Amino acid sequence: MTISIDPQKTNNESLQPKGWLRYFSFSLDHKVIGIQYLVCGFLFYLIGGTLASAIRIELASPMSDFMPRDVYNQVLTLHGTIMIFLWIVPVVNGAFGNYLIPFYVGARDMAFPRLNAVAFWLIPPSGLMLVASYFVEGAAQAGWTAYPPLSITTPQSGQIIWILSVLLLGGSSIFGGINFIATIIKLRRPGLKLMQLPMYCWAMLGTSLLVVLSTPVLAGTLILLSFDIIANTGFFNPVLGGNVVVYQHLFWFYSHPAVYIMVLPAFGLVSEILPVHARKPLFGYTTMVFSIMGIVVLGLVVWAHHMFTSGTPPWMRLFFTIATAFIAVPTGIKFFNWVATLWGGKISINSAMLFSCGFIINFVFGGITGVALAQVPFDIHVHDTYFVVAHFHYIVYGGTVFIIFSSIYHWFPKVTGKMLNEKLGILHFIFTFIGFNLCFAPQHWLGLNGMPRRVAEYDPQFQFVNQISSLGALLMAISTIPFLINVFLSVRNGKNAGDNPWNALTPEWLTSSPPPVENWEGEAPLVEEPYGYGKEISEQK
Amino acid sequence: MLDKNIYLILIISLVFAISFWIGFNVNLLPAEASINAPIYDELFKILFIIGLIIFIGMTIAVIYSLFKFRKRNDQIGDGIALEGNLSLEIVWTIIPSIIVLLIGLYSYNIYDRMGGMTELNHNHEMMSSSNEKIWAGISQNSNNEIAINNLSIEVSAMQFAFLFNYPKGNFISGELHVPVDQKVSMKMESKDVIHAFWVPEFRIKQDIIPGQPTILNFTPTKVGKYPIICAELCGPYHGGMRASIIVEEESDYNEWFNKNKKPEVNL
Repeated sequence: MTISIDPQKTNNESLQPKGWLRYFSFSLDHKVIGIQYLVCGFLFYLIGGTLASAIRIELASPMSDFMPRDVYNQVLTLHGTIMIFLWIVPVVNGAFGNYLIPFYVGARDMAFPRLNAVAFWLIPPSGLMLVASYFVEGAAQAGWTAYPPLSITTPQSGQIIWILSVLLLGGSSIFGGINFIATIIKLRRPGLKLMQLPMYCWAMLGTSLLVVLSTPVLAGTLILLSFDIIANTGFFNPVLGGNVVVYQHLFWFYSHPAVYIMVLPAFGLVSEILPVHARKPLFGYTTMVFSIMGIVVLGLVVWAHHMFTSGTPPWMRLFFTIATAFIAVPTGIKFFNWVATLWGGKISINSAMLFSCGFIINFVFGGITGVALAQVPFDIHVHDTYFVVAHFHYIVYGGTVFIIFSSIYHWFPKVTGKMLNEKLGILHFIFTFIGFNLCFAPQHWLGLNGMPRRVAEYDPQFQFVNQISSLGALLMAISTIPFLINVFLSVRNGKNAGDNPWNALTPEWLTSSPPPVENWEGEAPLVEEPYGYGKEISEQK
Repeated sequence: MLDKNIYLILIISLVFAISFWIGFNVNLLPAEASINAPIYDELFKILFIIGLIIFIGMTIAVIYSLFKFRKRNDQIGDGIALEGNLSLEIVWTIIPSIIVLLIGLYSYNIYDRMGGMTELNHNHEMMSSSNEKIWAGISQNSNNEIAINNLSIEVSAMQFAFLFNYPKGNFISGELHVPVDQKVSMKMESKDVIHAFWVPEFRIKQDIIPGQPTILNFTPTKVGKYPIICAELCGPYHGGMRASIIVEEESDYNEWFNKNKKPEVNL
């Protein structure tokens, strides 16, 4: 290649701040942006976690006694919104996607670096705006689903700020999605075939397609909802002839795919982590790719399973039952493939591996309750109860958040050049795993026996089980302490990692740790077998 | 090789045995107090057992792999370069597909037995006068004769209470009284935001929507007092939005009904 340096870009880079200050700048480096996403997301995770603790304190007693009832509804609304839109979606997509995708395709940066930086810098202001709305007239209090007419009749400023914030975050997500699709399709290094890409690329391609197809629907819906609130239109307002169920269809057309936007990248990340620490190729690469795409297609046609009690026609309930249950097939394939990846390996039992295995166990549990919930007659009893709360926390916390931690343990040496402390990491895992299961497993029983979700007060017969759940939440809160200590100690005094401490074969490890500004000193390496474990040795012999 | 297979078969049988034992002996559900409840519990038991088999099986596989294939200190190098196994992958695509399809068909059957597939618009007496489209929840029976003998009640929900209107007695009650073993047909509408009518012991739930009446039919089978719970976030006092349904013998119900009945207002 003749053109290697874009003079304008070099000029910009010399103006960029160096050292830690660059994380506070409008940096165009995909690695800096990735870390910006991760740290920003983690700060919001701490806020969302504090709100979750407040919810569990309130629910430790059957009376509404810890905070006023309307504040409780604001807290649960903010908890859901922050955890989804400011922690999980930006981190599994923005943080790891930005950091890893250019390495995986053999590029020096994302396709649109400026768009990338804009996408990130939309997040802090909209997140702060969302949190600050509490101090205006109270934050939104209609739940993260914002169903009208409740969202139209509750105090307006909080709801409008919530809508603006989610619109900005949705915009950020769309920018990111377009960027990932362009990077994966167009920026691949010459000679690198699609079917040679690491699995996370496929996961991000699928996820980004979902983002681009479904997020605009949410944006349109929320704009109509804001018209109903501020301009007295009647799209969803029954008093003016609007239809509240139409909102639910439009909302879930985005928000069910949103589950896959949160989960598919985690599927990709775990597919990178397991082969490295099990020293084995990823089992069934081709079926993995097809199952991701299968989930993408099916994920777009299952949304009405959130509305089985809303008054949908019988044929529609039947269709959505079958479609939803069938998602279990491609998902199941992936889980069988991961266990087969472990089978016969030489497994290093470290924090990254433990969190990944915790993910498999938790997610299988959440997937099983998911198939049950897909059945209309089953769902009718437990819809909008703590059974559903338990189910989706098994998916997004037990699933995705476990993988976020696993990924941090796996890629920390890449980003910093330092190792994380394994003992603290295993302590972190034990607290998280026990706390998580103690918190959410009992909630299945609560839902089956008559505790609805989003309540500040409940039947006193449920007090004991709720206290067990709150105890689990306490352990989860405590579990972040060894993690934070570990990160701060290791950044300063961690053991030097070298360039490739795991002896991994995926391309991001074939450069120095931390990597140079444009990823490789020379040309990007051509990695035809990112999972070629076991082969390399035999070739050398 | 034979030994290995025997262990595998033993472990699989044990997983099945444990799952069936738990499925039949651990009851996670509240009392059964409507025709729907035993049908629901039948579905629950089957899903619970299948779920347990898969969950216990997968957990054992993961923990066994971690233990059996962990890297010993003296070991270097990689595991076997196994990249896939087409026949195995076909097996674990087809078997889950069949299981999922069978569960789907079975739950369709359950849903039909609950009356969920019946179009209610045709046989509901409160429907006949207007053109309004009513959305059906689940009902018990597609039989028209029984439908005529329904006890009809109009439910209105508001922040944060349920009101039960008995049109035949011309009165409104805050408590839902129904006679045991008789089909009840409710037409529900909300005055403000979305609410939901849930009786856990009956295994039924239906949203109550403003501007869109919904119908819910059920037949209580056990005398007693059960909670009616609002299951859709409806505002600050959502958790406190509860009422009671009192299922009583027909004579007791008639006594209560006659005590509350108001004379017909002159037209």
